Amino acid sequence: MTLPLSFFIENFPISVAEIEKLLSDALSRGGDYADLYFEYSVLSNLSLEQQLVKSANRAITQGVGVRVISGERTGYAYSDEIAPRSIRTAALTAAHIANSTGNQAPINVTAQPPTHNLYAVEHSASEQPLERKIDLLKRADRTARSYDRRIREVQASLVDEYKVILIASSDGLLIGDVQPLIRMNVNCIADDDRNLQSGRSGGGGRAGLEFFETVQTPESFAHAAAQQAICLLAAVEAPAGAMEVVLAPGWPGILLHEAVGHGLESDFNRKGTSAFSGLIGQKVASELCTIIDDGTIGGRRGSLNIDDEGQPTSKTVLIEKGILRGYLQDRLSSRLTGAALTGNGRRESYQCLPMPRMTNTFMLSGQDAPEDIIASVKRGLYAVNFGGGQVDITSGKFVFSASEAYLIENGKITAPVKGATLIGHGPSALTKVTAVAHDLTLDHGVGLCGKNGQSVPVGVGLPTIKISEMTVGGTKG
Amino acid sequence: MKITQQLLADLVAAAIKCGATEAESIALESTEFSVEVRLGEVETLQESASRGLGLRVIYEGRQASISTSDLQAGSLEKLVTDAVDMARLTSADKAAVLPAPEEFADVTDEDLQLYDPAIAELQTERKIALAQACETAARSFDARIVNSEGASCSTTLGRMLLVTSAGFSGEYRATNCGLMVAPIARAGDQMQVAGWGDRQRWLEKLEAPEKIGQEAAHRVIRKLGARKVPTQEVPIVFESSAAGELLSNFFEAVSGEAVFRRASFLLGKLDEIIASPLLTIIDDGRMPGAVGSRPFDGEGLPTRRTEVVKNGVLRNYLLNNYTARKLGLSSTANATRGLTGTPGVGVTNFYVAPGQSLPEEIIATVKNGFYVTDLIGFGFNPVTGDYSRGAAGLWIENGRLTYPVEEVTIAGNFREMLHGIEIIGNDLRFRGSLAAPTLKISKMMVSGD
Repeated sequence: MTLPLSFFIENFPISVAEIEKLLSDALSRGGDYADLYFEYSVLSNLSLEQQLVKSANRAITQGVGVRVISGERTGYAYSDEIAPRSIRTAALTAAHIANSTGNQAPINVTAQPPTHNLYAVEHSASEQPLERKIDLLKRADRTARSYDRRIREVQASLVDEYKVILIASSDGLLIGDVQPLIRMNVNCIADDDRNLQSGRSGGGGRAGLEFFETVQTPESFAHAAAQQAICLLAAVEAPAGAMEVVLAPGWPGILLHEAVGHGLESDFNRKGTSAFSGLIGQKVASELCTIIDDGTIGGRRGSLNIDDEGQPTSKTVLIEKGILRGYLQDRLSSRLTGAALTGNGRRESYQCLPMPRMTNTFMLSGQDAPEDIIASVKRGLYAVNFGGGQVDITSGKFVFSASEAYLIENGKITAPVKGATLIGHGPSALTKVTAVAHDLTLDHGVGLCGKNGQSVPVGVGLPTIKISEMTVGGTKG
Repeated sequence: MKITQQLLADLVAAAIKCGATEAESIALESTEFSVEVRLGEVETLQESASRGLGLRVIYEGRQASISTSDLQAGSLEKLVTDAVDMARLTSADKAAVLPAPEEFADVTDEDLQLYDPAIAELQTERKIALAQACETAARSFDARIVNSEGASCSTTLGRMLLVTSAGFSGEYRATNCGLMVAPIARAGDQMQVAGWGDRQRWLEKLEAPEKIGQEAAHRVIRKLGARKVPTQEVPIVFESSAAGELLSNFFEAVSGEAVFRRASFLLGKLDEIIASPLLTIIDDGRMPGAVGSRPFDGEGLPTRRTEVVKNGVLRNYLLNNYTARKLGLSSTANATRGLTGTPGVGVTNFYVAPGQSLPEEIIATVKNGFYVTDLIGFGFNPVTGDYSRGAAGLWIENGRLTYPVEEVTIAGNFREMLHGIEIIGNDLRFRGSLAAPTLKISKMMVSGD
């Protein structure tokens, strides 16, 4: 296994002594804290459409971000060359945020291994032959096309990333990680000569390519995408108005991500700009709801051994039996508020400042049987799959868009409906959760979360739940 | 190592020597600066210069690409051989070719006014002052503005170079400057935020910070007290910024990438009536000084003015070379490029041609309806045209704006929505590369209580 420190020392003209010197440079005008974030990553993607392997692409990214914190102020600069001279230029630029006499004491960093080992991958996907990846895409294409003759187009893609990071801080930290990530997506277009519809599926995690043989297969993605596209050809208008909504287990956990997750990130709460600001200890969900953010689940897309500030990830209880318990912290918010670190300081790349972000966010199982929950609904919506979601942190209003949903009529799942957006208010939406099933399922591993222009991989999970009233944005009144 | 057209030409030549039938090299350099202030104080200062280059090779219709920021000679040599090796394994695709030499034009003659030296020379103190002025104007507008997400001023100096084995070699520089603010207002238990800003290539075109701050403040104050409304079908007036989001959704369906994949409700609709005769939509890459202008597209073709919709008739899809060939059409010079991957399709300056009416005249035509100022979420499906998004704004009664509305959705299908455009406003203003005036659609479903 590659050790991050030796990786950077062997491949670039840097040393531990040089790193210590650069941290001193970063604090040369004062400041409370400085850190360096070294990154080397190889991102490969391959796509197939119209039965052609369209293009093989590879992006090699390398660089170092330098951050200086002085009170509530942050200075940031980066270098895309991993060499002392250009990192020093970045360090001196970032240093400008502070203006006092500077730190004279020498900085010493000590290398330490991560406490978690959540994704020991023997053979990283980036080293695997292209032929093996092409074969996975072709298998998906074959399965989708043979599912139904109305499947007219199949688009399949495989993305793998191999990322080595190293974080050094003026607190003496020197810690790194090697982070593999793979993802496969399949999109199908169904055409019955009257209607077009699309279906999509996919999955992945922090794993090697064997994941697609042992955990989830190209055939399973292709089958799910084709089935969804064909099913939607018969879709009727979605209902409009407030009604009972049942969410299927797994990916519909995006509800938690939008309704509460973002609102519990500590930057918004420190600044008092979140609809959840000041609500710790108060009831924000029904007592059936316990919601966790856990970055320590082996192999998951949202999991990390350490966050992008070098802190081990952890399991954080956000809401316990309906009561708001905690926020997701990064180093800046933790320094300013005195709250304990939770390992949620994440960034997209060395070009970006870290922020508090989610990892894997899910609700714990309850006692109900999923079939009883559906049977209890007279007229409502059963939502199985979702596209994206979004939240206004300050007002608490959030949306998430169902891409596969069905009517529930007199306790039975009936017709599929066209896509519709569901809208609610974060601090009150979960107070209307009236049933939680015993079938917690984590998503398949394709989630991508955007905040302030930075995207990071995340996971969600949910058991089957019933929400007694939620506004469904269909067209049929 | 300095990035020059010669360096890219050497890479292209090396790829051809390695066996590639065609090759194209791109480089991007940028210097980015941003300052964020909050409650009057500087919160973050970021400044960096970055550069990278990419190589796309085609071997008998088989494509591969590699990008890197490691510009050492040894690394670049490996980049060339790896790219050619990767290309040999992909599928032959007749549409995967570079534009032919005769399609290029001399693109450097006309000055599109893309580079403002004043932005390059703008001092840090001045940028901080701009952001502070913006936030101060917002915060002093009304006592109910009690907090702020902050204000930011950002600048970018960019340089793009492209060299292809088909004979194209070109580069251009461009500047960009943005000013944004997001004040927070409170009334009782309700807290609201509204972001507002401007982005231009030229500093002198940027709206005054005080004006941006006041507009943001006006927008957040009018949201206070927002409530849901009953579910009903009514006329919708989209404020200019919300109409711009509709236009952005329309682009998803008119992009050649969606059309050739059959993933668009506009498939097969060329030269057919798809919208109200009032609707004309233009993409124009040659507006001097505009944010979306550029001399050539991501494949080296000279940009142009394309009528996408003319008086309700779909005239053109927006295409790059690949999607054009897939559809048996010609590129509209809308290729976009990152350092890696095959060219995409993007807009240049994309807008709805303005009509005659003042926004208030449009509102005055509505007896009972919804004036939409903000949209949230991703509820548009370009394959079917189904549209359902979260919305906020003001309710219209008897031709006048009344109380604020939130936590509702608006839904319809783009096919009907496009035909249902009843009035187009005269208030077109670019705050980026995409713009639309106020629009009225005859009816959509509002879902609330």
